[in-house]
Amino acid sequence: MPVFSYIAYPEPGTKEQLLKDLTALKHCEVMPSENTDVLVLVTDTPDEAQEKVLQEKFKKLKSLQSLGMTYGHTDE
Amino acid sequence: MSITRRAFIKSLALNSAVAAASTLFPGIIFAGWEKTDLPSGMIDWKKTPCRFCGTGCGLLIGVSGDRAVAVKGDPNCSVNKGLCCVKGYHSVQILYGKDRIQKALIRKNGKLVEAPLKEALDLVASKMQETIEKQGKDAVSIYGSGQWSIPDGYAASKLFKGCIGTNNVEANARVCMASAVTGFFTSFGLDEPMGCYEDIDHADVFITWGNNMAEMHPVLFSRMLANRKSKGHVEIIDFATRTTRSSQASDKSILFKPQTDLAVANAICYEIIRNNWVNKDFVSKHVSFHKGKTNIGYGTQDHFKFKDKAETVDFETYKKFLEDYTPEKVEKISGVSAMDIRYLAALYGDPDKKVTSFWCMGMNQHTRGTWINNLVYNIHLLVGKISTPGNSPFSLTGQPSACGTVREVGTLTHKLPHGVVMKEAHRKMAAKIWNVPEKNIDPKPTYHTVEMFRALDRGDIRFMWIQVTNPMVTMPNLRRYRDGAKKDGRFVVVSEIYPTPTSDIADVVLPSALWIEREGFFGNSERRTQHNDQIIPMPGDTMCNTWQLIEVARRLGFEKQFPWSRETYIEDIWNEYTRFHDNPKHRMAPYKELKARAGVQWPFVDGMETKWRYNPKYDPAAKGKDFDFYGKPDNRAWIWMRPYEPAAESPDSDYPFWLNTGRVLEHWHTGSMTRRVPILHKAMPASYVEINPKDADSMGITNGSKVKIISRRGSVEMTASINGRGNPPKGMVFVPFFDENHLINEVTLDAFCPISKQVDYKKCAVKLERA
Repeated sequence: MPVFSYIAYPEPGTKEQLLKDLTALKHCEVMPSENTDVLVLVTDTPDEAQEKVLQEKFKKLKSLQSLGMTYGHTDE
Repeated sequence: MSITRRAFIKSLALNSAVAAASTLFPGIIFAGWEKTDLPSGMIDWKKTPCRFCGTGCGLLIGVSGDRAVAVKGDPNCSVNKGLCCVKGYHSVQILYGKDRIQKALIRKNGKLVEAPLKEALDLVASKMQETIEKQGKDAVSIYGSGQWSIPDGYAASKLFKGCIGTNNVEANARVCMASAVTGFFTSFGLDEPMGCYEDIDHADVFITWGNNMAEMHPVLFSRMLANRKSKGHVEIIDFATRTTRSSQASDKSILFKPQTDLAVANAICYEIIRNNWVNKDFVSKHVSFHKGKTNIGYGTQDHFKFKDKAETVDFETYKKFLEDYTPEKVEKISGVSAMDIRYLAALYGDPDKKVTSFWCMGMNQHTRGTWINNLVYNIHLLVGKISTPGNSPFSLTGQPSACGTVREVGTLTHKLPHGVVMKEAHRKMAAKIWNVPEKNIDPKPTYHTVEMFRALDRGDIRFMWIQVTNPMVTMPNLRRYRDGAKKDGRFVVVSEIYPTPTSDIADVVLPSALWIEREGFFGNSERRTQHNDQIIPMPGDTMCNTWQLIEVARRLGFEKQFPWSRETYIEDIWNEYTRFHDNPKHRMAPYKELKARAGVQWPFVDGMETKWRYNPKYDPAAKGKDFDFYGKPDNRAWIWMRPYEPAAESPDSDYPFWLNTGRVLEHWHTGSMTRRVPILHKAMPASYVEINPKDADSMGITNGSKVKIISRRGSVEMTASINGRGNPPKGMVFVPFFDENHLINEVTLDAFCPISKQVDYKKCAVKLERA
């Protein structure tokens, strides 16, 4: 049951779109910064397989420039 | 319960992300943040210092039952004010790796097998006794660490120096901080910084000398960024040999060729004098000028000896010496433009700017490490920017107790808890406090770290006890020292928490308690002593390193010197140890004070901490009106004439690249702990070699391809990183050393500063081949 948190960096000018894109994904909770072009993302997937699926979805988001991981828990 | 635990982990994840964002973007705001407080009721929070770098962040450890389950920054600790870095947030996970050593191991028929702890301790004591009887007291040795808790180092020093009577006591801080120590001693007569982290809040300019603080001291770096954000006019200048995350966050990045920081520092002083920016009043009252020996060698041969000799000179002689270091001349040596040299000099020289210089391994792991420390002090002393809030030449430490244990307790061959073995008065004091005959303490130092491992290879040392460090990953020119340690007739004891390449070569492995599984103290970079309680139980047969030493000492017949009970020995040791520092220049806080607070800075006099030394406004030991450099017999700080001299080994036609080594944000030293934290390991699973894109292009090397790095001593194959986290200039490669599967120290050179004996891990010559 992996839980991760990230700082999510949008492509320039796409912060609002990235907020929409991430919010639309299952297992994601998003908190945008009010004064900086970054978002905090917390993911909570039921197992490793779904975690991998989610990671693949992130790679396809055009509004997402990069994710910087800040915390992780994997029940390992 | 599982839902509550899940919610708790998610809250922790969210808190970590917000704190990390606050570190990267000071002043950042998140709506609804107050609603994300961690659930309470199931967690008991206990204070401790972080056990990783020398910053000394205060942590609060969340404990549920007997298990440490969470970490947050301690808002009451002035060091980090509630912040943490990624290692700190994951620090409790180092306690729970699957392969934690919980039983003693003894080598039998070539294999390490589990054994009762008592049998292992008996064997350690009997082997020590046997070695002393057959080969003499100087055939046994202990090699510890800047991650030793203070009582560990104190017990080791007392046992080996006081009871056994050998000065074969060293610690890995020799290869981490020794140049800082000799720099302080030669310039000021006393060790450790005059300033403190509060300088970060006062400075207008920060100049970092070869120091990637964004990765190595991220919490302090974030405090610098916060200061810049709040004041607006603050400048951060990154002066380094490669481009890093620190360069990217700085206002200006200036690159210099390896080793030429010596020349640039002298050129800055030349410009300060030429422009009449010298603080003449300060210099005339508080500074004297000196020169030492030159062409001092590199220590690459066994039994290398060097002793410097100071000669007093006058200002005019010093000024004449600097004529070799005009900005134009130094531009040719260093690659730093004369304009940039003048820019740096103008920052230091501006009377309206408070300047703090930071450095760490870039200056200390240097074959002229003592000299470059002296030279940066020269700059600050010429302009009088020292010992006042915001004006600080500041040597950061790499390990949590390099200062507290190694430098203050004195776990180096020449040191005692107060002073040095060479001085009769210091030996007398130690003998009295330790309750041993004065003749027990040998007045002659034996081996510094590199020479100690050479002695093990030669057979002069036959028994070595290694605690809290992993030299079979970190020793330079590693193959020689690994082969030497494995020779017949050597007996190696390793106190460890996880299997490492060092425990692999051991004859006995003692299972150690880790950090918050035992009570202890650390001492950080800013003279702050920090206490931690035992917060959770020790697993299996693990034992505190201090108690391991006590058990062996008693088996050797030293019950009288190690009389303490298991309930109170840490407090008893603290009370005994602090007798060594019972003077206004170094008085330590009492046990009760340390137990109650998130660290206390020494000198601690009449209930007050000392933030800035040598300044009577803040330092109770300082006399007079303004400054008092009481460490030196002339009550002055010393400016030194130290020339530029080349590195021990430079690139040539056969080995055309500089090799630079260092750390990364995610991993602590050799990764023996942080690589057991799944998240940190996944974030940075293996070491790599950073190559400049132009070099890579010319050799047909692409990102991710395999490269062989070859020196005159060995080779290692790694993955290429091009335009990654760091970017070395053309002609240089950089490799992090945390990965035991890619032993870069088989390639490095065992050259050291002849004064400090600290190894230079930043410079040797290599060639590259596509693998």
